[in-house]
Amino acid sequence: MTGVIGCGVVLASFVLSIMVFLQVKDGHSQVVDYFNFINVGDLKISFAFQLDQLSSLFLLIITGVGFLIHVYSISYMQEENPGQFGRYFSFLNLFIFSMLLLVMGANYVIMFIGWEGVGLCSYLLIGYWFKNNEFNKAANKAFIMNRIGDLAFLIALFWLIAKIGTVSYSEVFSATNLARLKSSDITIITLLLFTGAAGKSAQIPLYTWLPDAMAGPTPVSALIHAATMVTAGIYMIARSNALYSLSQISMNVVAITGLATAILAATIALKQNDIKKVLAYSTVSQLGYMFLALGVGAYSAGVFHVMTHAFFKALLFLAAGSVIHAMGGEQDIRKMGGLSKKIKITYITFLIGCIAIAGIPPFSGFFSKDAILLAVFEHNKILYVIALLGALLTAFYMFRLLFIVFTGAFRGTDEQKDHTHESPGAMTIPMIILAILSVLGGLVGIPEVFMHGGDKLTAFLAPVIPLQAGEIVSHNTELILMAISSLLVIGVVVFAWFLFRKTRFSESKGLGKVLENKWYVDELYEKIFVKPLNKLGAFFNSVFERSVIDDLVNGVGRLVNYGSRQLRLLQSGQVGSYVLLMVVSMVLIFILQFFIRK
Amino acid sequence: MPINYYIFLSLALFCIGIVGVLTRRNAIIIFMCIEIMLNAVNLLLVAFSKMHHLKNAAINATAGTDGQIFVFFIMVVAAAEVSVGLAIIVMMYRNIHSVDVNFLNRLKH
Repeated sequence: MTGVIGCGVVLASFVLSIMVFLQVKDGHSQVVDYFNFINVGDLKISFAFQLDQLSSLFLLIITGVGFLIHVYSISYMQEENPGQFGRYFSFLNLFIFSMLLLVMGANYVIMFIGWEGVGLCSYLLIGYWFKNNEFNKAANKAFIMNRIGDLAFLIALFWLIAKIGTVSYSEVFSATNLARLKSSDITIITLLLFTGAAGKSAQIPLYTWLPDAMAGPTPVSALIHAATMVTAGIYMIARSNALYSLSQISMNVVAITGLATAILAATIALKQNDIKKVLAYSTVSQLGYMFLALGVGAYSAGVFHVMTHAFFKALLFLAAGSVIHAMGGEQDIRKMGGLSKKIKITYITFLIGCIAIAGIPPFSGFFSKDAILLAVFEHNKILYVIALLGALLTAFYMFRLLFIVFTGAFRGTDEQKDHTHESPGAMTIPMIILAILSVLGGLVGIPEVFMHGGDKLTAFLAPVIPLQAGEIVSHNTELILMAISSLLVIGVVVFAWFLFRKTRFSESKGLGKVLENKWYVDELYEKIFVKPLNKLGAFFNSVFERSVIDDLVNGVGRLVNYGSRQLRLLQSGQVGSYVLLMVVSMVLIFILQFFIRK
Repeated sequence: MPINYYIFLSLALFCIGIVGVLTRRNAIIIFMCIEIMLNAVNLLLVAFSKMHHLKNAAINATAGTDGQIFVFFIMVVAAAEVSVGLAIIVMMYRNIHSVDVNFLNRLKH
């Protein structure tokens, strides 16, 4: 029952999203103003929703993929007791709610409410199994890292309000207001917004929370990585494209950070042995690509990749969940192997996801990744080469994962071997639907070279994201680039096949060990930030709290105690002394009055 | 007679009363000293009253006697108070067989 309600409401919002999408497609994008939310002095912030091309597309992704994940969850989380089951679904629904609020808001403040909401929900869901302290730590990490980004976002909001006194999109992006902003202001605002996006979308230096977010149940990972949460940063920058386009510095920062994240995460993913960790780093890497696209001004390509990525990454996570389910909770790929025959549907869908993410035509990942690579090529050839390298790494680690998990000999225990079975329909059907979407999802953005007017997505988004008039590469070059990248990717896949067909696991040395330990970034953060802060906290606890604050409070108490004990001596009970005091004080009052009169 | 004399006399009486209250331990003597103080103030009241209405004295023989009337009232009240005070002293004597106020330190508790 819980599951039916939980899924039903998301299905309802999906249906509504389709209706909204159809309306917007007919050109009826609009801002719905509900009431005055904040009204201070000249500042008026209304509670308004904006339904336009960009937000309606995100609505579809969020509710559509979200719904499939909800359905999957019913079966995946079956073993939970009813109370926990209800808690799980309420968090999941709150997550979708916050994300919808985020993309529908017509100003940055509403977006910020949703922004905080998804941060909270990610915390709640990552720490869903709160009895495990490691999971709680992962939840804390996610929350704290997000808070750092949120602070930057908030400062950007204040900056906007201070400079132009409005946060609503239509006013901020109007020509007059953009003209009022100095270029330095725009740079600062966009950089701050990007810091916020880096926190939410897991970019350097705030990316380490996302792999740790694997502590949550697998459908939650799918939700965080595909439909909600991490796409928020992309959405925000795509939404603010008018601001970003005015600051070349910010664009470069976004592009380079994105690319660096893409490469770094891809290298880490090469050596991970936890099935979910590989996918997590792959998400970080793909998000890097999206930021790279945003940074070179190809906003619609970035959004396109968000969409296709939502399909295939949700698919991969759900398939990984199915593998984990089949293995009875085992996540270490070293103990898997040869699963392709036992769980066929999972294998095929996972394979489709891998092909899609690797960017082999004509799967969806090819179109979106190619759109990004092409935009990067137009922008800067060096970045293109690095980005292509990252794409090859992606193909390599994904197929490494596929081959290790599904081919070769089974390496688990005998008990697991007998236990292994295909997941129930409630899990496989969402996977199949997502697999179909992963195959076909790219067709909304067929590049110009194959089909005139094939890039429907860019055309659809044009009212929100103006087309960039850049240097256009010739169709021949474009075809050559596509051929190069596709052939290289296929080559890498074959290479991975030879390398991992028969897997041998040995202790990694040198660079491999560094990669396995994620470049020691977590350790570095631990040393630079966590330890000193803990030390500072301990210092304040032991020194400041104990000796200063406590002594101050206790001192006041002790002083009053001592003072009253002394004062009590005056009350001797001797009538004579009372009278004497009375007389003395009367005389004193007289004298005092005498002087005051003067 | 100038008013000064009255003031000095009252002051002297009042001080005698205070010193008596402060120094003596016999409750009855303390009581008497309090009465002296009270009457010193009464005397002052009458004197000031007379002085205040000095201008009208030639026309109206009773001018300035309000103070004296007040003093009568005070004396009546004081008499009532004395009876209460003496009753307390009697009770005190019955309880502790002494009228020494230094034994009366139970207010402390």
